Formats: sequence, structure tokens, C-alpha cells
Amino acid sequence: MRAIQRDERLVMNDPGNIQVRVNGKEREVRSGLSVHELVESFDLNPLLIVVELNREILNRDQFKDVEISDGDAVELVHFVGGG
Amino acid sequence: MEPLRIADQEFESRLFVGTGKYADNDTMMEALRASGTAMVTVSVRRVDLDRTQSEGILFHLDPDEFFLLPNTAGCYTAEDAIRYARLARAAGFNEWLKLEVIGDEATLVPDTQATLEAAQTLVDEGFKVMAYTNDDLITALRLEDVGCVAVMPLASPIGSGLGIVNPYFIREIKRRCEVPIIVDAGVGTASDACVAMEQGVDGVLMNTAIAAAEDPVAMAHAMRLATQAGRLAYVAGRMEAREIAVPSSPTRGMLD
Repeated sequence: MRAIQRDERLVMNDPGNIQVRVNGKEREVRSGLSVHELVESFDLNPLLIVVELNREILNRDQFKDVEISDGDAVELVHFVGGG
Repeated sequence: MEPLRIADQEFESRLFVGTGKYADNDTMMEALRASGTAMVTVSVRRVDLDRTQSEGILFHLDPDEFFLLPNTAGCYTAEDAIRYARLARAAGFNEWLKLEVIGDEATLVPDTQATLEAAQTLVDEGFKVMAYTNDDLITALRLEDVGCVAVMPLASPIGSGLGIVNPYFIREIKRRCEVPIIVDAGVGTASDACVAMEQGVDGVLMNTAIAAAEDPVAMAHAMRLATQAGRLAYVAGRMEAREIAVPSSPTRGMLD
């Protein structure tokens, strides 16, 4: 939650906000937020992550055009160490 | 040593190394370099949005230095493995995949039926699938039939360090399949890697044996030499083993 609270685009308890599930955790974000803005709100480099929105993988060139909707499930994934 | 060709790629090393379980990223990078590996495995996981864990591995690992082989570790169904595979490809590095569908939590042995099912779908989608499987000949042949670019039978369970428990079937899989055979999982120390390569397989993949060694960098170096030694010994063609002594020195010309 640290990243969200720091970001002025994501105002908590605003009636214009929507509920989304990001990486399995419920979060409140501003209505009309783009995927790109969501990714940036967590200080993530869009080039190093992959976004799945409601089980559909988004191309990176869609990040700025796709808006998050109320009830969406977003997964932000990347590569970690593994065998 | 002759390079290893898998599909359209050539690899200078026959040792493939996983990137999990290292104490820290500097040790991992030093170990990867000491191993001489050309291809390393990585896993797809959620970003930790609270940053309590370390950041993604690509902050440390340069995809230009090591060919990335994403895995589907942790997946227990074909559907999950396919989902993780697609996410891995969307990262934008390559279409290669270490397919792994686990069937049992205690032994982490693969669910071969689900592996075959996922392999079929992913090959059809254009993935270059290197399939982790049991030391089972029929499954290996079927994985080859569906178009996997390599078949990777286990030496023994993942992380067990027990070495090759069934060398006969590893040899048989190698003898019967045309695609490269990589022994994956179960290597514990250098002699295990060497014995694996002496069976005639094309390569060996390991993670824990290096990462969990007391000195991972030194063990990585040992694994590099053992993999090379095993390959060279196989190519050289070993003498026939026999349960009788035969003198190495001339029996004639002895003094009275």
C-alpha cells in the first residue's frame, strides 16, 4: 500500500474510486486509471513486467490505452530466480 | 568440445543452471559465470508490490549474457502451465520454455499426462518446449512426437541430490529419442553430473546442487569440469568393464 498512498492520482476513500484486485489483494484506485498509470504507481518499469488483466495478457503498447474497470483482476508478474 | 544444438540454437556449454535459492544475487552471478553455462532457467511470479522481497532477477541477470529459459515450476495442471508459459513469452525475450507440470507434492515428480497435454498446446502455439519428465521411455517418445525440442528426464527428485537412480532408462531414452536429452533434477555433486553425461545424454540441468553447496561458486566450477569430463569420456568410449583383473604391464620379460 505504500506506493499507492504516496501517489496523488490514487486518492483513498474518494467516491469516484473503484475496487480492483491487484496480485490477489483488493485495492482502491481512481476511476479511469490506465494500466500504464497503475504500473507506474508501484514504481515498476513497464518493460520488465507482464500484465494480465482478467486472465488476458496485455501487450505493452496497450498499457496506455486500456483503462482499469471496477472489479478487474490484475496480475503484475516478472521473472524471479528459479530452477 | 562440440557445441550442443537444440532446435535453431547452439550452446557452447552442456550445463544448464537454475537461478533459484542463492543466498544473494552476487553469489548467483559469480556461480553462473564459474559454471560456464550458456542457458539459465527463471520462473514467472507475481511482483511483490510491498517490496518485502528482492526485486526481479533481470536487475541482476543480463539476457544478452545468458539465454533465458523460463520455466513453469510450481504448476500442477496443464492449464496453469500454459498460463505461465504465455506470461513468460509476453516478457518478450524468446519463445523457449522449460515445461514442468508437477503431479505430486511430496516427490515433485511430473504429471506426465498433463505435461503431454500442455506440450501439445504450447508446441502448436509456437513455443520451443523443453519438457521436464520422468525417466519413462514412453513419455519421452511421446513428448518428442508432439514436437518438444528437447526432453528432460529427471535423474532423481528435484532438490534431492540423489544422483541418477535409473541410469538404464536414461540411456534407453537417449538411445531411442532423436531430440536432445537433458538430464534435469537430482544431481547432487560433481560425480553425479559426470555420470549423467557418461550415459550419453546431451546435457545436464541443475540448480540446488550449486546454490545449496557450501561454496556455490567453487561447486559451479566443479560442475563445469564434471559435465565436460563426462561428455569427453562418453565420446572417447569407455573400456569394457569386467569382473576380473587384467595386468596393465607386460607379463613377458620378467627376470628369472
